[in-house]
Amino acid sequence: MVNGRIVCGESRREEIVEYAFASDLMSDVLTVRNGNFIMITGLANVQSVRTAEMSDVPFMLLCRNKKATEQMIEVAQENNLLIIESPYSMFRCVGILYNAGLKPLF
Amino acid sequence: MLSEFIVEGGDFTRAGSASSQIKKILKNLNVSPDVVKRVVVALYEAEVNIVAHAFKGVIYADISNSGIKLVLEDEGPGIADIKMAMTKGYSTASQTVREMGFGAGMGLPNIKDNADRFEIISNVGKGTRLTIEIDFL
Repeated sequence: MVNGRIVCGESRREEIVEYAFASDLMSDVLTVRNGNFIMITGLANVQSVRTAEMSDVPFMLLCRNKKATEQMIEVAQENNLLIIESPYSMFRCVGILYNAGLKPLF
Repeated sequence: MLSEFIVEGGDFTRAGSASSQIKKILKNLNVSPDVVKRVVVALYEAEVNIVAHAFKGVIYADISNSGIKLVLEDEGPGIADIKMAMTKGYSTASQTVREMGFGAGMGLPNIKDNADRFEIISNVGKGTRLTIEIDFL
């Protein structure tokens, strides 16, 4: 749907996710108490993966055609995090996924 | 159990590695996932603060059966106005820090929200000492 490509965490591809949270600000992600969501971000550095790790977030969608760095993939693999890269903007990804039934956290 | 981690100021590639190690330790001790998340979110924000603002720092983690006590001591500029620093949205972070997804003035308030006990002592020009305690029960 988002023309995405899985770059790591392939083993989680059949898992179901109900909620999503989109932000480029990791401090905002870290305020979310529930961890069971897909994090949609354009922040392609190791801190986005660390944030997912600390927040127990299992899935990440990297939008705006950002590419996961080697270090990101290394930390993601250690934590069994699935990362998808999409060429679409955050607004477009969010719109598509919202229409497909993903729910907001608040 | 007392563990110690060195944190280098400015080294964003390694920011979060101490929090990551403590997360693994707590998971191995079968601490409940909700509590682990509170500990590592608070610690990660505090670790990023050292990387973002200080020259260097040390994290002391003291884990007992009843909880964890984290002390983060840094050598750095200190915090001139702690009340302002605790205000959501207030930040003195550099552009580099903001490019890393931080520096929006959310960190210290979020650390406090996740902690059962929280203390911040700072000497301007010397450094800051943060104490975070979280109970396991």
